[in-house]
Amino acid sequence: MSPIPFEHGLIVAGILFCLGIVGVLTRRNIVFVLMSLEVMLNACGLAFIVGAARWGNADGQVMFLMILTLAAAEVAVGLGLIIQIYRRFHTVDINVLSQMKG
Amino acid sequence: MLDLIWLLPTFPLLGFLILVLSSGQLSKKVVALVGAGSIGLSFLVAALIAVEFLNSGAEFYSMTAWTWMSVGQFTPGFTFYLDGLSLVMMLIITGVGFLIHLYSTGFMIDDPSYSRFFSYMNLFVASMLMLVLADNLVLLYLGWEGVGLCSYLLIGFWYDNPANGAAARKAFVVTRVGDTSMALGLFLLFAQLGTLNIQDLMGAAEANWTSGSGVAVAAALLLLGGAVGKSAQLPLQTWLPDAMAGPTPISALIHAATMVTAGVYLIARTHILFELAPTVQLLVAWIGLATLLMAGFTAMTQHDIKRILAYSTISQIGYMFLGLGVGAWSASVFHLMTHAFFKALLFLGAGTVILSLHHEHDIFKMGGKRKQLPVAFYSFLIGSLALAAFPFTSGFFSKDEILLGALALEGPGTWLWLGGVVGAFFTGIYSFRLVFVVFFGESQAHHDDKEVAGWNMAGPLFILMVLSLLGGFIHIPVESVFNHGEAHEEHHVSGLIHGIMIAVPLLGILVAYLFYGGRQLSADKLMANPLAAALHKFWFSHWGMDALYNTLFVRPFVYLAKLNRLDIIDQCYGLVVTLSRAGHGLLAKLQNGMLGWYAASLIFGLVLLMTLGVLL
Amino acid sequence: MTILFYLASAIAIISTLCVILQTNIVHALIYLILSLLAVAVIFYVLGAPFAAVLEAIVYAGAIMVLFLFVIMMLNMGQHTRDQEKSWLSARGWIAPGVMAGLLLVQLLSVFAQIDQDLSGQRIDVMAVSGLLFGPYVLAVELASILLLAGLVSAYHLAKK
Repeated sequence: MSPIPFEHGLIVAGILFCLGIVGVLTRRNIVFVLMSLEVMLNACGLAFIVGAARWGNADGQVMFLMILTLAAAEVAVGLGLIIQIYRRFHTVDINVLSQMKG
Repeated sequence: MLDLIWLLPTFPLLGFLILVLSSGQLSKKVVALVGAGSIGLSFLVAALIAVEFLNSGAEFYSMTAWTWMSVGQFTPGFTFYLDGLSLVMMLIITGVGFLIHLYSTGFMIDDPSYSRFFSYMNLFVASMLMLVLADNLVLLYLGWEGVGLCSYLLIGFWYDNPANGAAARKAFVVTRVGDTSMALGLFLLFAQLGTLNIQDLMGAAEANWTSGSGVAVAAALLLLGGAVGKSAQLPLQTWLPDAMAGPTPISALIHAATMVTAGVYLIARTHILFELAPTVQLLVAWIGLATLLMAGFTAMTQHDIKRILAYSTISQIGYMFLGLGVGAWSASVFHLMTHAFFKALLFLGAGTVILSLHHEHDIFKMGGKRKQLPVAFYSFLIGSLALAAFPFTSGFFSKDEILLGALALEGPGTWLWLGGVVGAFFTGIYSFRLVFVVFFGESQAHHDDKEVAGWNMAGPLFILMVLSLLGGFIHIPVESVFNHGEAHEEHHVSGLIHGIMIAVPLLGILVAYLFYGGRQLSADKLMANPLAAALHKFWFSHWGMDALYNTLFVRPFVYLAKLNRLDIIDQCYGLVVTLSRAGHGLLAKLQNGMLGWYAASLIFGLVLLMTLGVLL
Repeated sequence: MTILFYLASAIAIISTLCVILQTNIVHALIYLILSLLAVAVIFYVLGAPFAAVLEAIVYAGAIMVLFLFVIMMLNMGQHTRDQEKSWLSARGWIAPGVMAGLLLVQLLSVFAQIDQDLSGQRIDVMAVSGLLFGPYVLAVELASILLLAGLVSAYHLAKK
């Protein structure tokens, strides 16, 4: 079994991250935006795991666990916010939700 | 006992603090007790100090309470300096001041701001005592500005009326012109002689400057500027008639007896400097003469009882300046004292008239009040006799000395004497015109008004009447202060001169009687002559001084202020504001509330940073 | 195993691409779960079985179920497709595409300079938990507080 090159793992993480960015920037539905954010977070976790595999070190996995925790908390709060927003404004279009403009 | 001199300004200052900090919560009785009592205590201390000082036979006594500030060699302190001159001033201020305070406890009793009135009065007395007891010019300047402030506050005491506020501002601004000149004088003296202690300064000036040298002339001129501002002399006299907007006891205390004579005190205090600058000293005499004549003419034409007295004050201070100018120092200080007595008496009498007649000021609406207002009548009679220098009243002795001093001067002395005598003639006319119009003849109005004069108002009037009559026999102990320059020999002049000086005021009184008492001559007929009417109008406006200053100074200044209404300097700072507002507007556009836009900017910044990282 | 890595990577990338292109939100969510499971496979291949299991349970399981609930509550699905389509204009793709492309090119150019191999060594649960309850115990506590705060705020926010 030939070893997997380190950079390939990172490239996969990078591609996923960039796809997440495109999703965040193009979608107007706030649920899609949140999903794209999950993709980006997941890509970060992947990069950590790849790093852990490179050095044979468990610290990368610990960091992945932290990211996982963060993602869980973020999704919980974010979805709660989405529900509240939908109740108030009856829309999920982020371009309509621009009350915070200066 | 002498080391208690620091108590003098402290009592009124404490009174001021109590009254100010209680902010009108005290009852009127307590206010009167604190207000008048503090001055009474001061007078008591002053009297004890005076007795001890005179018995000790010392020339001066000086006491440092504490050092005010210390900058290098310059250490002005709260140092009190007592000699004959400051002794006289101190007794006048506390004595006459106490009588006026006592009078005010009755006069102001119906005023809602009773406590505020006495707090200002006490602060004034404290500042004035500081002024006359100061041993250095810095402390003197502190008192000088302090009395200016109190004068401003008290002229504008009834601030509900905008006219009173305007009068207060006028007084403040006009005296400020003089004060600025005086401050420049202090700078010059300090720069040249390195000290501001008055006695050291006089010694150093005498040692270092020759008579008539440029520096001495400049310093004396600058100090004279301060003196004419404070003492309402030509050309800064226009504020005093308007200052009558204040309550009448204020006019008696500040604008007749004490503060306006501060200029006379300053010149007497620094007389050595003026002797070093003979041209300036002569200028003082001419200023005094011009002022006394101008004010005398104006006083004859006025209707307002207080304005007549105001112009008469200007005129009498003119006599003091005349005396200073001819080197009759002690005669001037003597006249200062007698003037404090009889002018305070006249003003307090006028206060009684005004209060009894419900704030009537126009003398032609009074008339025949002799029986109705007996206390005021005798006050006015005695005060006017003294003012007109009726023989053996106090004013007679002091004015006599000044005129004889003028006559003794070589050169222009005769002319100055002649001017002074003409002034005395007018003094007789205007003072008795007032008496005849107000107290004789037919009653015009206010028939039923009773005289308002409780013991606390009548008492001070009686004491002042006695002082005005007999004040001429008081001997003021100022020889040791002025022995330096004054000729001591008795003035030997012919009986003719004496006769003229006695007769001229009597002649003035006679003219006043013919016009206003017996009505053998009619002022109205005189007015029918267009020339006389024009002259009357001209004099009534005080020789057009106010109009002149309006055209010369006030209007151009207001015009310039209008030109610079937007404030050019401020516009520069306004530019900064405009720019930052514009920048803020631009940045605020970025804050458009679009989530996608924010995320895009975030990513854009990330890309930019990454690009930099990769390229570099 | 190497082939499995590349295969799983391809599935992850393609399914993620589908997520961002999908107009039907339920389909997009299914693609996302697929992508996350593919990443879990990658984890396993890279010798992190614990992470792979957690990825499957927490991400693909719990979190995605949350999403599903919300989508149901908001009543999205088939009938919101047209709206989603109208929101996705061709012009809207240009700027994000360019920026993401640039970023990717930069990342690739950086990664290309690396010439190292992965160790392929298995790191099992023991090693990870030893670290978690050893040096990182404070971080674990903080993470638990974060979760608690998330729980409380989510409950509060979603209240009527």
